[in-house]
Amino acid sequence: MHPVLKWFYQWAVPHFVYPRIQTGLPWVALLASSLLVIGLVWGLVFAPADYQQGDAFRIIYVHVPAAWLSMLVYMAMTMMAISVLVWRIQVAELALIASAPIGAAFTLMALFTGAIWGKPMWGAWWVWDARLTSELILLFIYLGIFALYHAIEDKRQAAKAASLMTLVGVVNIPIIHYSVIWWNTLHQPPSLSKLDTPSIHPDMLWPLLITLLAFKLMYLWMLMLRLRTELLLRYPQSAWVQAIVQAMVQAQIQPTKDKSKDNAR
Amino acid sequence: MSPVKRQRLMLVGFLVLGVSAAAALIFQAFQQNMMFFFSTSEVAEGLAPIDRDFRVGGVVVENSVSRASDSLKVVFDITDLKTPIQVEYTGILPDLFREGQGIVAKGQLNAQGVFVASEVLAKHDENYMPPEVAATLHKPPAAAY
Repeated sequence: MHPVLKWFYQWAVPHFVYPRIQTGLPWVALLASSLLVIGLVWGLVFAPADYQQGDAFRIIYVHVPAAWLSMLVYMAMTMMAISVLVWRIQVAELALIASAPIGAAFTLMALFTGAIWGKPMWGAWWVWDARLTSELILLFIYLGIFALYHAIEDKRQAAKAASLMTLVGVVNIPIIHYSVIWWNTLHQPPSLSKLDTPSIHPDMLWPLLITLLAFKLMYLWMLMLRLRTELLLRYPQSAWVQAIVQAMVQAQIQPTKDKSKDNAR
Repeated sequence: MSPVKRQRLMLVGFLVLGVSAAAALIFQAFQQNMMFFFSTSEVAEGLAPIDRDFRVGGVVVENSVSRASDSLKVVFDITDLKTPIQVEYTGILPDLFREGQGIVAKGQLNAQGVFVASEVLAKHDENYMPPEVAATLHKPPAAAY
């Protein structure tokens, strides 16, 4: 087997993935939270105010990363869905279902911050333009995938159904992205994706790029946390889970033993 | 890749392709309804509905805004840089409303061809910059007037 392919294949093995999540978790958590603090403090406090919107524009540092991630998480889920449907990879099933609520949370965050900004700037909390409507549909798709998975008793079947729904829903992602270009919308066109002529001043852009990276790492962080739990729940009878549970029980007993020794002295 | 997996991958591809084609056809059919607003030129050409509310979008023309002294009534022109139309509105305008700003108004045309708006929304553009930068950017054309 080709070594690169072999490297990929080992990530489909549950007892290979679990210890690597354990090792990586503190590092990802540290990096994500420090970048988030740096980006948000820079953006919310030190970045200059906008010439039109004043301080109200600062919601961009939460809104844009959340909206970006709402689509990125979905694309990641699409990759997982293909792995599930074509290669029947169980780790991908678990990662898919672990991602759905995270994506839903980012979508809700984008919709909520957008509404807060829309009221003073546009003059309306909500309008039914193509961008806002397609983003709302994305929220319903996320919730639908999650509900479908939990409605089916057999988890292998449930994952297959959820993967199919993910693939059907992926058509919404380009619609969200291009809605502001294809149709007249109240929502403004993208500022970031045309990097050759940036529409956003560098002093404001840097903290935004940092919060974007921080949100991506936050997704990874939450995915690792949720995937870890899903792995333990999916393989309760396997030797490696038994060993982990044994170790946890030992760790619980050990301190009390020490304490009783102290008391005896 | 084994034949079974290749077949599954093809099925996945067909599924995505089929759903995309269906979505494209739906949006083709609803093209007009997907537009949040009409441009002023489209309104002037008579493309907008006459008997019901619709939205029109455009840039507020410089020096066209006049406010009534005894009420909240405002009259201004908006344009898509080709055809201007006159808009009449009574109420509180959003923060971003000013001359040169893109807006979207909802309402109907009256017999005189004036757009009577029941709602005015400001459309923000994709540009973000500090006030000092905006000042240096906007000065040269202002000096040229």
